[in-house]
Amino acid sequence: MSLSPIKRITGRAVPVEGDDIDTDRIIPARYMRCVTFDGLGEFLFRDIRQSSDGKSTNHPIDQAKFKGSTILVSGMNFGCGSSREHAPQAIVRAGFKALIAGNFAEIFFGNSTTLGLPCVAAKKEDLQALTQLIWSEPNTEVEIDLEKLQVKAGKLSFPVTMKASAQQGLLSGRYDAIADLLANLPKVKELAARLG
Amino acid sequence: MGKTLFHKVWDRHAVGKLPDGSTQLFIGTHLIHEVTSPQAFGMLRDLGLKVAFPKRTFATVDHIVPTDQQVEPFKDTLADAMIKELRKNCAEFGVTFFDIPSGKQGIVHIVGPEQGITQPGTTIACGDSHTSTHGAFGAVAFGIGTSQVRDVLATQTMALSPLKVRKIEVRGKLGPGVYAKDIILHIIRTLGVNGGTGYAYEYAGPTIEGLSIEERMTICNMSIEGGARVGYVNPDEKTFEYLKGRPYCPKGKEWDAAVAEWRNVASDPDAVYDDVKVFEASEIRPTVTWGINPGQGIFIDEAIPSPEELPEADRSSAKEALEFMKFKAGQKLAGQKIQVAFFGSCTNARVSDFVEASKFLKGRKVAAGIRAIAVPGSQGVSKICAEMGIDKIFREAGFDWREAGCSMCLGMNPDQLVGDEICASSSNRNFKGRQGSPTGRTLLMSPVMVAAAAVTGEVADARKVFAKA
Repeated sequence: MSLSPIKRITGRAVPVEGDDIDTDRIIPARYMRCVTFDGLGEFLFRDIRQSSDGKSTNHPIDQAKFKGSTILVSGMNFGCGSSREHAPQAIVRAGFKALIAGNFAEIFFGNSTTLGLPCVAAKKEDLQALTQLIWSEPNTEVEIDLEKLQVKAGKLSFPVTMKASAQQGLLSGRYDAIADLLANLPKVKELAARLG
Repeated sequence: MGKTLFHKVWDRHAVGKLPDGSTQLFIGTHLIHEVTSPQAFGMLRDLGLKVAFPKRTFATVDHIVPTDQQVEPFKDTLADAMIKELRKNCAEFGVTFFDIPSGKQGIVHIVGPEQGITQPGTTIACGDSHTSTHGAFGAVAFGIGTSQVRDVLATQTMALSPLKVRKIEVRGKLGPGVYAKDIILHIIRTLGVNGGTGYAYEYAGPTIEGLSIEERMTICNMSIEGGARVGYVNPDEKTFEYLKGRPYCPKGKEWDAAVAEWRNVASDPDAVYDDVKVFEASEIRPTVTWGINPGQGIFIDEAIPSPEELPEADRSSAKEALEFMKFKAGQKLAGQKIQVAFFGSCTNARVSDFVEASKFLKGRKVAAGIRAIAVPGSQGVSKICAEMGIDKIFREAGFDWREAGCSMCLGMNPDQLVGDEICASSSNRNFKGRQGSPTGRTLLMSPVMVAAAAVTGEVADARKVFAKA
């Protein structure tokens, strides 16, 4: 599969504050009763965006000032819990192109990268400054430079981190490993025979 | 210099390095279920690919099956479409499916060991984060996303970077009424819900060695709740004894050869670890969670901490938890009324869990007004419990004895909390909305503590409730 390299993401950003935002919160299990990922975007963060009677809670994602945001900003341990790829699929299908958080749960991080959804980790003070900035000036353009691992937003500029292999994959357009894996099938068959 | 089991298994299964620097790792056994596999089969079709090693993939259906009766078509048409899709995919691609009529259906992490598919020294992957359960046999088992399910179907490999290994040594004797579930809840509470990120957890030490295989499964199962994608215990005589004679295990001379090989896969005595943490079993008491992540737990005789007394990093989550759970700092959980008792899940729905709780439930009754459901982890577990009369003890106590599935652990089937009900649960996650109601409240605890909560109608110290048993 030939994929375009992903080197830089720019766009407005929306805050989804809090630590340990788990995959059940990103996409509640009852919306995973499906055989395709189509339509999952609609249910992103469903239970924090709507109260049980179906009324909007005025979550930042639904606020007019954040409409059209393509970068999601959150706290520590984002994406913890289940391995459901439905979570990053819902994020992508809701129109997001990148995530900035304190750090990410491991399976979620891998699932996201494979979809070409970069997850970069920022220091707590930088994250707080960015969150504050986008609340006060939601039209600020946020830029994530994946080559330099740097985020710029208004007057803010701070470093972020990302696992080297994920960064390499995104920059070279090899973030979905399937083509590289398939290329080695003869070697895989040899190993399988050896292992019995 | 010695090697850990993790590194031995990793090295044996490494196909080579990929251009991005990660490793192409061979997956010995692939387990699939109805929720995270249909899209992967769809991707295979889109790419015109086949399943490379169909004999190495096994399927079952667990998340969406109704447990009141497993009769098709399911009333939930979405769930019905999912089981039919899995059936179709397995037939088309030549994958073994432990379907409902097979008598072998159940939660994927219970079926694998039961069938002897889960074996030491191999790599296992499944599109489910609780795949770490299989580590109890000395396998290296990864929870994966759907694109990786596709990768494993198409190539029997996936791209991964090696993990660091943390040895978690538990020493000493567990007190009466303290179980494997309490050990793992205590470990997660101590090391944090993301303390294990980047690590494989090797559970070791005399206390772990003293546990049964099913208890080890409970511990490995919840590794991911501590942030560790992989958790394992070195295989020993108990492991081999548990596996011997199971349908997919080698027989005769092949069995002897396999056991010899499995012995060698255990971590060397002089293995080097990236980190070591030591726990004293005698310090662990029955544990209950009060919050919205599995690390927010207390011993039954402790009070809920105030956010201020917690490390700075845990405060905002603790405040959010108190608000959601409608609990107060300083409050004890003992005496807290419950509405639902859920006995089930891949953490605690094996035969030994039901047997242990049945000793205390015999002759007792579920408190008035409590909805108590017991969901065996597999049709196999269900059958054995029926043969032993365990189901009868649960039924007579007032539990609704169900058919096998994931059930109320995640509420993807009709078994869900209603409104802000409080559930004493033997499952693994207490996330907001986890059990099907966005405002439902989950208290994680051991199965025997669930039984105690069921009979008293409130959170209670099982050691006191069942003192006269």
